[in-house]
Amino acid sequence: MIRRQDSIIITTLTRLLTPFIQLFGLYVIMHGHSSPGGGFQGGVILGAGFILLAISFGIDEAKQRFSEGVVAVLTSGGVFIFAGVGLLCLILGANYLDYGVLPVMEPRSMGMLGVEIGIGITVMAVMVSIFRDLLTFE
Amino acid sequence: MRYLYVIITLVTGLFLIYGALDMPRWGDPRSPASVNVSPRYIEKAFEETAVPNIVTAVLADYRGYDTLGETTVIFAAGICCLLILKRRKEEVGT
Repeated sequence: MIRRQDSIIITTLTRLLTPFIQLFGLYVIMHGHSSPGGGFQGGVILGAGFILLAISFGIDEAKQRFSEGVVAVLTSGGVFIFAGVGLLCLILGANYLDYGVLPVMEPRSMGMLGVEIGIGITVMAVMVSIFRDLLTFE
Repeated sequence: MRYLYVIITLVTGLFLIYGALDMPRWGDPRSPASVNVSPRYIEKAFEETAVPNIVTAVLADYRGYDTLGETTVIFAAGICCLLILKRRKEEVGT
């Protein structure tokens, strides 16, 4: 069990860095289709932000901010978004995961964005989930 | 008996190296990987998907099924860690 760190340097630095880490993770996910990056990488960065929070502020405070139920829902929710985008294409009359028929501007680009968001959510939630499981395993 | 494992490892390694000798040179423009679908992706990816990053276009569009499988594998890994580790914790607790 990880308790809250006593060092004020660690807690202050974590408080300062966490928003930037999470913003960078979101940037990597959202820019996955125009620059290097994507759902897997961005999800890992987002998950690392939550793990840093848990290491420096203790697992209890991390659980208050990001509860186990939410983690469980997000773990399956990301795969659901991915499969849901594919199913939406199927309903609109194309093949599964054929984004060309989505009713938005530049449908293929937007379909890929939706898929990347799903991947990012799953990767982030699975990283946090595995970290917590290993931590509470005795 | 201990040397048997070393011998098996060495023989397997030699077979793998022998198999890798036939591989095309790194970056060979006439290798099967470079002549089959890669030129098609490089020429048409931006036209067809309006996405400047070809890697993402291949990953999320042309090979969307593959990526769906990868995401499901990560999901399954998380669920398996949850199942195995949570049960142990309850057993210790009771």
